[in-house]
Order: sequence, then C-alpha cells, then structure tokens
Amino acid sequence: MSENTLARTSHLTELEAESIHILRETVAEFANPVMLYSIGKDSQVLLHLARKAFHPAPLPFPLLHVDTTWKFRDMYAFRDAFMARHGLNLIVHQNRRALAEGINPFDHGSQKYTHAMKTQALLEALAQHGFDAAFGGARRDEEKSRAKERVFSFRDKHGQWDPRRQRPELWNLYNGRVDSGESMRVFPLSNWTELDVWHYVLRERIPVVPLYFAAERPVIDRNGTLLMVDDERMRLRPGEKPVPRRVRFRTLGCYPLSGAIDSSATTVEAVIHEMVNARQSERQGRLIDHDEEGSMELKKREGYF
Amino acid sequence: MDTALQTPPQPDVQRLLDEHSSRELLRLVVVGSVDDGKSTLIGRLLYECDGLFEDQISAVRRASVKRAAARTELPPEVLAQGLRAAAGAEEEELDFSLFTDGLRAEREQGITIDVAYRYLSTPKRKIIIADTPGHIQYTRNMATGASTADAGVILVDARLGVLPQTRRHAYIASLLGIPYLAVAVNKMDLVGFDRAIFERIGQELVDFAHTLGFEGVRLFPVSASRGDNITRPSARTPWHEGGTLLEWLESRPHQRRLDNAAFRFPVQYVLRPHQDYRGLAGQVASGTVRVGDEVQVLPSGRRTRVAGIDTFDGPLEEASAPASITLRLADEVDASRGDLLAHVDEPPLALHQLDAMLVWFGEQPLDCSRRYLVKQATRTAPAQVERILWRKELEDLGEVPAESLALNDIGKVRLVCRRPLLADPYRDNRRTGAFIIIDALTHDTVGAGMVLGPAETGTQGALESSLVSQAERRARLGQPGAIVLLPATPESASRAFALERGLFDLGRHVSAVGGDVEVALALASAGLVALVHTDAPQARRALRAEARDAGVAWLELEASEDVKQQVERVLALGESLK
Repeated sequence: MSENTLARTSHLTELEAESIHILRETVAEFANPVMLYSIGKDSQVLLHLARKAFHPAPLPFPLLHVDTTWKFRDMYAFRDAFMARHGLNLIVHQNRRALAEGINPFDHGSQKYTHAMKTQALLEALAQHGFDAAFGGARRDEEKSRAKERVFSFRDKHGQWDPRRQRPELWNLYNGRVDSGESMRVFPLSNWTELDVWHYVLRERIPVVPLYFAAERPVIDRNGTLLMVDDERMRLRPGEKPVPRRVRFRTLGCYPLSGAIDSSATTVEAVIHEMVNARQSERQGRLIDHDEEGSMELKKREGYF
Repeated sequence: MDTALQTPPQPDVQRLLDEHSSRELLRLVVVGSVDDGKSTLIGRLLYECDGLFEDQISAVRRASVKRAAARTELPPEVLAQGLRAAAGAEEEELDFSLFTDGLRAEREQGITIDVAYRYLSTPKRKIIIADTPGHIQYTRNMATGASTADAGVILVDARLGVLPQTRRHAYIASLLGIPYLAVAVNKMDLVGFDRAIFERIGQELVDFAHTLGFEGVRLFPVSASRGDNITRPSARTPWHEGGTLLEWLESRPHQRRLDNAAFRFPVQYVLRPHQDYRGLAGQVASGTVRVGDEVQVLPSGRRTRVAGIDTFDGPLEEASAPASITLRLADEVDASRGDLLAHVDEPPLALHQLDAMLVWFGEQPLDCSRRYLVKQATRTAPAQVERILWRKELEDLGEVPAESLALNDIGKVRLVCRRPLLADPYRDNRRTGAFIIIDALTHDTVGAGMVLGPAETGTQGALESSLVSQAERRARLGQPGAIVLLPATPESASRAFALERGLFDLGRHVSAVGGDVEVALALASAGLVALVHTDAPQARRALRAEARDAGVAWLELEASEDVKQQVERVLALGESLK
C-alpha cells in the first residue's frame, strides 16, 4: 500500500484537499485575485497550499504584503529571501499618507495605528490594483468573531464586513458573485487550528521565520507583556531596560505590539510539544485584540482582514 | 534564511505527530431551540476537553460576573462584594455560553445569531462543531451547519419537552442527510434528574426521529451548565446506561466519506502552464480513479483514458475522495470548468428538468417567474423553478400546496435548468446531489437544494426542438450562425459596432449584442453572427460555457487584432464551418 493511500485517513490530508479546492475555486471564479502575505506561519502554509493547488503552473495571482514598516527585522529578511528564492511576485504596499503624518504605535495608540497602517492600507491596495478577491490566512479558531466568518466572506464597496448580511454557505458550494467594486475575502485555512498548522509545517517541511523559535533576545517586561526591542525606534519608558531573555513568538505582527513567551523550543517538534501543554491562547500576546471587548469584530466591520 | 529545522523528530514528538495525523475528522452540528443551552453545551465540551486556554477562561470569568451583575438589582456595595468573591469563582459559576457567543449583538441579546465553528481535539477525533442558532428566523444558518455534518446533536429543555422547533430541526437534519442524531435532554438538574421525565421526552423524540429515517438515535440526560454526562458519567443519573455524549461522538462512523460511491470528478480549473501540459484540476467528489481507467467527459460524452494523476508531491497511481488532484487525459478531448468526469459504465444523471427539495433563504419569496442561477459541483447554470409541488408544514410535517416559498420554508420543487446538471440523487451522493440557488440580480444565496431525481412527469419538454434545421438556415443565409466574443477592453462596444459595419458591408447577417447570454444564443441559433461585447467576467464565462454546451460555432477575438484582422477571422470561421 502506498504512502498516499495511508495518508488518506489523516485529517490534515483532508484539510489540505479542502483548502486546495477553495484556492482553485476562487481563481476559477474571480477575474483578479490576490493573496495577502503577512510573512507569518499561516501565510507560509497558505502559500505552500497555493503552490500545490496550481502545480505545475506558476501561481496565477500576485502576493500582497501590507507593510506597516514596524515588522520585525527578521521578518523582512525572511520575506525578501523567500520571494527571491521562489521567484514569486510580491507587491508591498504602505499607507504613504499615514507614514508621512508620522503615525506610529507609540503616539497614536494601537487602535488608530492599526486602522491607518493595516485596515486603510489594505483597502487602499485592493482598490488601487482592482483586486476582486483576496486570500487571507485567518483561521476560525483564532478569535470569536473569526469563528463566525465564512470561507467566502463578502465585502461591500467600502471593504466592510456585516455579520448579519453574510451569505449562507452550504456544502463546498461557494457563491463568488460580486458586482464591480465589491470584493471577497477568502479564507482557505478556516477549518485549521494552530496545532494543525504546526503539524503541517513539520510534515511538509515549510520554512518559517526564526522568531517562532526560542533564542536569547533583548526584551522588556511591560505590564506582563514581553516586548522585544528590535530596533532603536522602540520607546522605552523610565526604568525600562532591555535584558536578554530566552523567548519566542506564537504570533508575529508589529514588534511593539507583539508579546513574546518564555520558551526553550528551538525546533518545530519542540514548539508542538510546548503547544500541547500550553495554557494560554495564541492571540493572548496580541495587544490589538484586547483594546476592548469585541475589538476584532469592530476592526473587521471597518475592513480589517 | 529559511530556518533549517529538519532534524528527524524525537520519539515522543513523533508519537504525538502520529496520533494527531491519524485522527479522523468528524463534522458535527449542534441544534436546538432558543435557550435550550447549545452554546453552554459546546462551551462545556471545549472546557472539559481542554479546548480552551487560560486567558480565554479568565476573560469569560470576568464577563460572567458582569453579566450576572447586570441582571440583579442589588445595591452597588453588595455587588462589589460579589464581584470580589467571583474573582475566585468556581467553574460551576462560569457562563459557558460566553465562550461561543462572540458577536456584540449576540452578547447584548444573549442569543446566537450566526453559525460559528469550534474545534475540538480528543485522543481519537478532531471534531469541527457547527454551533447554530435556534431562532426560527435563522433556520438557514442551521441548514448551513447541517450541510457538512456527519452527526448531529439536538438539545431539548427537560422542563419544556419536545417543541415544534425541535421537530423542525430534526426534520432539517434528516433532510440534509445527517445519519446519526444524539438527543441531549438538557437542564436535567432543574427537574431533579427525574428519570420518568427523561424517558417520556426521549420516547417521543425517538419515535419521531425514526419516521425521519435516521440510522441511529441516542439519548443522553445532561446538564450542560453542570457537566452531567457530557464528558464524564454523572453520579446523579445512575439509571442511565448510554454513556456520555463524548463517547458517542468518538464512536460515530465517519459517514461523509464517499470513496466507495461511483467516481465523480467535477472539473474545477484547467492547468495549462505550457503547450505540452493540459491538466484538469479538481477535487474527487466521490469514488476512486486509477491511471488507465476509461472515463467519459460530460456532458459531451467523449471517452478517453486517464493518462496520469498529478500532484505537487508527485504522480499517483490512484486517488479517492476527497483528494484534490490534477488529471491528465490520454486524448486531446475538450473538457473545461463545469464538466464532469465519470467512469464510462457509471455515469451521473444529466438533468435539464429535475425534482428537488429546496430550503429557501431569501428575504424575497421564491418567484417562479424569475430566473435564478444554480450552482452545483463546479457548474453554474441559469434555472427557473417551474412549479412548487408542495411545501412542508413544519408544525406537523404535512405537505401542503403552495404558490411560493418564503424565508426558511422547505418544499419540493420542479426545476428547469438551461444547461444540464450532472448530478446524482442527494441520498446517494451528498457532493453531486447538492446545489445552491443564487439570485442573479442581488447575488445573494437564496436557496439550498437537494436533487431527488429527474422530473417525475417531465413530458412537457422544456427544450422543444425547432422545426427548422441548422442546415436549412445555413443554405438560406449562406452562413452558419456563430458567437464572436470581443476582448474585454474599454472600447469593446465601439469595436463591436465597427466590426458589425464591416461584416454587414460584406453581405453577412450580423448583429452586435451586449452581455446578454440568452440573446446571443438565440441570435446564433437563428443563423446570425452575434458579436458580443461585455467586460463582465461572469457573463463571459457563462457565454463560453453555454455556447460550448449548445454546440454553437465560437470565436474569441484578441485585443491585439485590428478591425480588418477581426473581419478576416470572422469570415474565415464562416468558411471553415461551411
């Protein structure tokens, strides 16, 4: 019996087949799709699945990185090396007006900052290129309002999500009809969990940013959140002094807004082992989720992906 | 830069990985009326299966206290004391529904509006739970959750017994083909774990459920808020011998697999990276295909053999549902999105006119005079509901005559599709027997359908054939009818008119049309050359597909050609078809 026949019983294989189906369905039904690429592990998995879906042809859509300019340096380095190695077509988009106005996570607070540098920037990029479908790596297990998300998530002309106006989604029959100006966010990883993603990273040998693995990094402890001081732009408060600490990240975003965890996991296997015993959720270190109750839902309504 | 982490896994991690990888996926839908405690039951399952993290639990703990406080009229100082006490609250006081009701409107109103999906891992299973709303207004969302489920859990409030909504949900679950149903008689703590009450409710539901054709129905006396018989057997129901809900979930056979059904491969997308490679990409909907198998492409019926099964990870000798693969065929037969591949001896039905069960979701009632779009497998076809055979009266499950179906109604209808659906009856194949109905104007998904079979008395041919043959038309007009699609450019309309002028001056019978597929097809079948200009991708796709199915002569012009070249190509098409 071949390995592939055995693998049939694995739920990872079933999830993979479902995701590939979703990727192909989108490309078949939309004129101008794009894949949002945030350099994180979910993006890497999504990209890997897309390469599988269209093999032996090249990806039939570009990638889009909505760049806040505040990502970890390791992320930029990883992105550039990975894109070059695989010859992928990456569009990098920044909200230039907000940059010119000097919007940053320290002076403007995480809400205003996220709205300008992520939500606005994303809507700008989608409009500028006329994309009618955008793949995202969001998973339903991440957050409560994400759990309500459809695989094909309809957005109106302003890029907004209305949870009461979602299209019913039955079987694997996705309704991809949109009028001009409207668009669809498509989430092929909807049914994956954090653990599934890591198991798949291991099984498929998918490269990810080194920040996911423990190393000694300069860290400050701010109200219980471990922030890495990645460059000189970090604003230290009186009495704060970066100290080397063995940490890693479960989720990656802008470095002043991403909390690290103490860890000694230096390999994918160790990460999985640690996660099985973890008592905190993945997004616990995400400061932008905790602005207020229902904060992710509000961001999504405005057009955050 | 790619981090090299590819050392061989350590033994205990390898074991973890193996366990995780060999787990089967079970899709579950949880249904019940408002306030029966669905969200609480799911929250409890997650909590007891360690599916929750500490920060989530403490957030819910804070919200539970807030919510409890908002419901009382205690003086603030007493409340403050209570809040302090609640900081170390017992799990029993947690409001488990807060783990799942995530939308602000849901929290405000204390009800579940939309389907949410939750993920649970047990040592044997990975379970995807569709948490569906109970309110009748959101029946469509219940159907959404049920469409992919392998098993269902229906909740009944022990104090209220079987409600009309309970019967509706059981009916919808059976309609959508869920084979196994668990009945959780909830809030047993509020009736003193009374065995007689449990048995009375249970008997009523079991009798009812068996008339609906479930393969198995199992009853559990539970308290979702206190955790009886959910994952742990309850000492308060010593008379119950049916085990826990979790044990039942872990032992359900995985029914959704269709590897043993007839082979069905709806073509999703054609991969053509270069001239020497043409692969049909898609997901095996059911059955198994092997290299060398004799297959036919439907609806054309052309036969060929499978030359190869390709994947990113290398070629395969065989593939079974639900694998996503790419097939290469031995001959250069025409096959594109919307077509379906099957073994030559086991073809599906090709249905222009069919009977189906329909669940209506539209805010506007079903309108038999209106044209809708049907999406089934990878095919989208314009369709009309010819008539409604009956509507299900959900109170007593009787069948009553109806002119229309309103929001959340369920009925049996006769459907006429302009392109044949390549389908199987839903009871035989949940993949190829299912379809959705899309409103062509609003683009809303307005209905979910399940194919019953060919129209039972379908003698009234929806597609009567013309008494004038194509050859006669050709002889009279001196040209074959054809559709010519102009490139999607901003000036496509003026290009079409220029082309029309040029061809007309050369004596051709020709007409320019916008994106109306139906008009273009009618003109072409009347012997004219229809010059179609539209930049709407959906109209362009529909036109290609329908012209192909109808066997109409077809030409697609390039943006790089000037009018003179285009005129020549249209003339050449006429010559080649003469």
